[in-house]
Amino acid sequence: MNEEIALRDAAAIEAAARVAEYEHGWSAEIEQEFAPKGLNEDTVRFISAKKNEPEWMLDWRLKAWRHWLTMPMPDWAKLAVPPIDYQNAYYYAAPRPKKELASLDEVDPEILRVYERLGIPLEEQKVLAGVEGARRVAVDAVFDSVSVATTFRKELEAAGVIFRSMSEAIREYPELVRRWLGKVVPCHDNFFAALNCAVFSDGTFVYVPEGVRCPMELSTYFRINAQNTGQFERTLIVADKGAYVSYLEGCTAPQRDENQLHAAVVELVALDDAEIKYSTVQNWYPGDAQGRGGIYNFVTKRALCQGRRSKVSWTQVETGSAITWKYPSCVLNGEDSVGEFYSVAVTNNRQQADTGTKMIHNARGTRSTIVSKGISAGHSSNTYRGLVRVGAAADGVRNFTQCDSLLLGHDCGAHTVPYIEVRNPSAQIEHEATTSKISDDQLFYAMSRGLSQEAAVALIVNGFAKEVLQQLPMEFAVEAQKLLGISLEGSVG
Amino acid sequence: MLKIHNLHATVADKPILKGLSLTINAGEIHAIMGPNGAGKSTLGYTLAGRPGYEVTEGAAQLNGVDLLALAPHERAAAGLFLGFQYPVEIPGVSFLQFLREAANAQRLGRGEPTLSGGAFLKLAREKAALLQMDMEMLKRPVNVGFSGGEKKRAEMVQMGILDPALAILDETDSGLDIDALRICGEGINAIMRRPDKAVLLITHYQRLLDVVRPDFVHVLSGGRIVRSGGPELALELEEQGYEAVAA
Repeated sequence: MNEEIALRDAAAIEAAARVAEYEHGWSAEIEQEFAPKGLNEDTVRFISAKKNEPEWMLDWRLKAWRHWLTMPMPDWAKLAVPPIDYQNAYYYAAPRPKKELASLDEVDPEILRVYERLGIPLEEQKVLAGVEGARRVAVDAVFDSVSVATTFRKELEAAGVIFRSMSEAIREYPELVRRWLGKVVPCHDNFFAALNCAVFSDGTFVYVPEGVRCPMELSTYFRINAQNTGQFERTLIVADKGAYVSYLEGCTAPQRDENQLHAAVVELVALDDAEIKYSTVQNWYPGDAQGRGGIYNFVTKRALCQGRRSKVSWTQVETGSAITWKYPSCVLNGEDSVGEFYSVAVTNNRQQADTGTKMIHNARGTRSTIVSKGISAGHSSNTYRGLVRVGAAADGVRNFTQCDSLLLGHDCGAHTVPYIEVRNPSAQIEHEATTSKISDDQLFYAMSRGLSQEAAVALIVNGFAKEVLQQLPMEFAVEAQKLLGISLEGSVG
Repeated sequence: MLKIHNLHATVADKPILKGLSLTINAGEIHAIMGPNGAGKSTLGYTLAGRPGYEVTEGAAQLNGVDLLALAPHERAAAGLFLGFQYPVEIPGVSFLQFLREAANAQRLGRGEPTLSGGAFLKLAREKAALLQMDMEMLKRPVNVGFSGGEKKRAEMVQMGILDPALAILDETDSGLDIDALRICGEGINAIMRRPDKAVLLITHYQRLLDVVRPDFVHVLSGGRIVRSGGPELALELEEQGYEAVAA
C-alpha cells in the first residue's frame, strides 16, 4: 500500500473519532407534493400520471401491481420484521415542480443546505467554483423521489453516455429503457421488486455506449426526507460492448420515529467486455438504541453479465437501517464473465441485517469472488446469506468466498448461511469463514500507544474491513471509514 | 520523573504488588530483575493502566501527574510508553497508520499541533533506520506475520516515533538473537539515553544490560523491591541466582 493512502486512511479515522452521534437526524423543511396516503390502483395511476409516463409504462406498473397483490411477503430471512401497514404510508412525494434547472444555483437552497449539513462532498460545487484538481463526479441528486438536478450532462453527452433520472429516460429514451427495464429483475421476481415496479417514483438510468469509458464516476445521493414516505428507487445501468462505468450510491436519512419502508431495485447489464463497478455506502437511520424507528431496507440488486468477458463488481458498506434485506447478485451468462461482491455490514443496538449475494454461473469459464465482512455489536443480528450456483453446462467455473464476522460484546449474533449448488464437476469452489472478537489485548495495546477506546475500536474495525474498503473509490472509502467508526461508538466497554 | 510509592495491585483479586516503591530520575536507566512471578510484568501493566490490574493502595506519579487517575491513552499522552513482551497483532492496520494516529492523538491530548503527513513519514523513516528496519515493514499490518525479533524491533521503532519521557520495556530482550539484541539495545540508547528521559528495563538477563548499561538495578521479589544497587548487582544475580541475592 502506498504511504499517502495509509496516511489519508489515518486522517479519515481521526475525523471519525471526533464525531459523536448520528448527525443526520433532522429533517429539512421543503414543501412536498404527496400522493394520497395508501396503496391501491389509483396510487399507481397517480404516480404514472404525475410523471407524464407513456401508456406502456402505466401498463407495466399495473401488471406488477396486480401481481404484487397475489404475493406473500418473504419470511425466509433471519429477520424479525414487524407487520408493515402498506396502507399507512405515502408512495409519492416530490419537491414542488420547477422548470428545468441549468445548474446547482437553481436548486432549492434548502436542499443544498441539506447536503451541506450531511457533509456530503458535493464535488460538483468545487468544480463549479473552479477548484483545481477537484475530482469529477457527476451527481444526479435524488432528493426524496424526484431528481432535482442533473449535472455534467454535457460532458457525458459528448462521450455518448446517457445519465438521466429514470422519469426523464422513460420519456426521452423509451426504446432503450423498454428494452432493458425489468429484464434483470422482472416484476414477478419477488414481493418487494413487484411493489417497486408498481410504485417506483424515480431513480437513475445510465447507458454507456459501445467502447466508451465513462469519463467520470457517476454518483447519486439518496435521501429519505418526507415522513412516512416509502422510497422506491429504480436504477438501470447498461454498459454496452467494451464500455466501462463506475457508479457510486450513497445514502443518509434523517431521524424519524416511525419506520420507513425502502424497496429499491437496481438492475445492471454488462455486454461483451463491458465492466460495471457499483459502490454503495448506506447510512440510513438505524433506529435508536432501543430499536425504535429506523429504515426498513428491502432491496433487490442484480447484475446480468450477459456478454463474454463482462465484469460486474458490487461493493457495499452497510451501516444503517433498522432492517436490511439485500443480496446484490450476478447472473453470469457470458463466457468468462466475472462477478465480484465485497461487503461490510455493520449492525449495532437492535439492528438486523440479512445480506449477502448470489453468484449464478451459467456459462463456461465464469469466475466469482465474494468477500463479506460482518461486524455485530449491541443486541444486533447480522447474517451473511450467499448462494453460489453452477449450472450443468458451465465448465471450468471458479468461486472464492470469504466470510468473516467480528463480534463486539456478548449480546449480538453473527450467522453465516452459505448455499452452494454445483451441477458441473469441473467447478472449483472455495469457502472460508471466520468469527473473531476484538480482543482486550488489541484494545489495550492500541490504547497504550495513545488511542482512546473509541479510536482504537474504529481502527481495529477498519483494519478488519480493509479488503472491502479498498475496493471503494477514494472519497467513498473515506466516508465509509468514518461511518464504521461512528456506527460503533459506545459499543465497547 | 517517576515516583512510585507503596504500590499495591491485584490481578483477579490476587495480590501481586505488595508495597512497591521506586523513584526514577530524569536521565536514569533502571533495570528490574527478579524471578518469574515476582510481579515484574504486573508493574508495567499496572503503570500503563491495563484493565484487570487493580491498584488497591499507593501512588504513582509521572512528572508530577497522577498516573493512576488516567486512562491508558492519557498515560501515553503524559509521556509513558510500555514496550510489550508479547506485541499484539492488528490485522489490516498498517504500522504507519497506527503510529501516525497514535502520535497525533497524543499530541492533541497534550494540546500540541499534529504532525503533517510529510513530517510523520520523515520521523518514521529516521526511527526505522535507527532500528535497521525496512520502511516497507512499516507499511505492513501491525505485527502481523512478524518474527519475534521483528516485533521487538518494531516496538523500539514505535518508541522512537512516540518519543516518550519514560519507557517501561518488558523483556524486550526475550526472543532476540545476538544481532537483534544489539540493534534493540543500541536503539534504546539512541532514543532514550537523554537527560530528559528515563527507562525502566524489565529483564531476566545480563546480556541486554551489556548494551544498555543501567545506572541502577533492582531485585523484585514477592511484589516488592528487596534489593537495589548499581550495575554490579546484575552481575551478582547472574552468578549467584535470585534466591541467594534476594534472601
